[in-house]
Amino acid sequence: MLIRLAPDAASTDLPSDITPKADYLNRRALLQHSLGLGLLTSVGGAWSQNSPAPTVVPGKLTALPNKRSALDNALALEVPTAYAYASTYNNYYEFGTDKSEPARNAHSLKTKPWTLEIEGLVKKPMRLGLEEVMKLGAMEERIYRMRCVEGWSMVIPWIGFSLSTLVKHVDPLGSAKFIEFVTLADPKTMPNVGSRVLEWPYVEGLRMDEAMHPLTLLTFGMYGEVLPNQNGAPIRLNVPWKYGFKNAKSIVKIRFTDKQPATAWNKAAANEYGFYSNVNPNVDHPRWSQATERRIGEDGLFNKKRKTLMFNGYEAQVASLYSGLDLSKNF
Amino acid sequence: MNVRKRLLSPWAKPLLVLLLALPAAWLIYAAFNDLLGANPAEALTRQTGDWTLRGLCVVLAITPLRELTGTAALLRFRRTLGVSTFAYACLHMLCYAWFDQGFAFNDIWRDILKRPFIWLGFGGLICMLPLALTSFNAAIRLLGVKRWQTLHRLVYAVAVLAVLHFFWMRAGKNDFAEVGVYAAVLGALLAWRVWKAVQSR
Repeated sequence: MLIRLAPDAASTDLPSDITPKADYLNRRALLQHSLGLGLLTSVGGAWSQNSPAPTVVPGKLTALPNKRSALDNALALEVPTAYAYASTYNNYYEFGTDKSEPARNAHSLKTKPWTLEIEGLVKKPMRLGLEEVMKLGAMEERIYRMRCVEGWSMVIPWIGFSLSTLVKHVDPLGSAKFIEFVTLADPKTMPNVGSRVLEWPYVEGLRMDEAMHPLTLLTFGMYGEVLPNQNGAPIRLNVPWKYGFKNAKSIVKIRFTDKQPATAWNKAAANEYGFYSNVNPNVDHPRWSQATERRIGEDGLFNKKRKTLMFNGYEAQVASLYSGLDLSKNF
Repeated sequence: MNVRKRLLSPWAKPLLVLLLALPAAWLIYAAFNDLLGANPAEALTRQTGDWTLRGLCVVLAITPLRELTGTAALLRFRRTLGVSTFAYACLHMLCYAWFDQGFAFNDIWRDILKRPFIWLGFGGLICMLPLALTSFNAAIRLLGVKRWQTLHRLVYAVAVLAVLHFFWMRAGKNDFAEVGVYAAVLGALLAWRVWKAVQSR
């Protein structure tokens, strides 16, 4: 089937102010390449070599200088999702439950000034301005797969540094076993805060060893620039082996605790969303299968959905964190 | 009256058919020109579902409108509206089976078992089937007007199933604003019939 409805089609008609021409051209080149040569050999495409093609910067927001990460499995060798999609198809319920609403409504979010509070079981609790937080580590680009619990996925070049850098800086006490991430809930700038969809503020959490894993990224930018508001500016989390909702957006507080945090979706529906929420094709959501996923912008209308990978393809790096844990019970 | 005359014009029905085909034509055009956003499969499935609900609202509004405004001519359009609503329901089902499930019938079966809201939608479609199959004059003669009318009251069940299907689907996000609109419209149209039936006793 040669009919492709992905954004790489030459007739693509996305508003040109969202996706720059260079991006189209790049994607088209990749596609032509993959159709021409790559299908049979799966080598020869720019992204099927050892390092991915340079990230196409949309030129919409402030540039965020960075170096590509050298960490194992931090640069997915897959075509990044078009910026136009990654920044307009979002789950950010504070701005509305429809995926098109955050892009429309998040302009009201004020990201300057921004303060991150660090409290709880740490030797050095502190309040840091955004600029101070950003200076704690060297900005790295990491291309991660992002698998939404709803059954779709993207590939996004994020910018940030390992959360562990910040954790070491504040020196947690030995009694700290979990980290809780509290996000902004400002009814003045977030139109859907006050709705009863979830309990606000949106809270997420990680076990300490998950938080310390080098792949866990404290994120400030994407596609070479600072984060758009609808993607969780100015500070968000990315834990690539977990479902997307674990990635707290617009974080205002990081709290070290000895108890497993009560997380937003777990409070809303404990039978559907567990604390761990690791990507797992073998453990279905009670209301739908998690075996497959649709890659946004990549899998055309007539393509079958692709198979979801264990731990979203990060099994070699993270499976040891969960040895001995029954993943069907601790979902 | 001018409006009534226009409704009786021989052009009225072809025009209506054209009008009813517009959403489908737009969706097909949009799909091939990448105008459906990041997730075209989801957009197609949802929008064909939306048009089915809208069709049900319109088709169920014919009788009340006819009686309230005394415009008997409206009845000519009920069949066209009903059949096209059925067509959108079929497209909705097709979008799900094709774009969401890739016609993998084993997977569809498992998915349906996992997602009871799909049962309701499927139930609604099944209820529409005998109505679509008997939507020609010979069928009315064959069944007799009374029996045909009784059969076609199934459309009330379709309306209820469709709203419940939509409600349950949106329940995952606790987002019932749109569901409320359809429930209110269809609820009012059904309530009018109940009220009429009680009155005529």
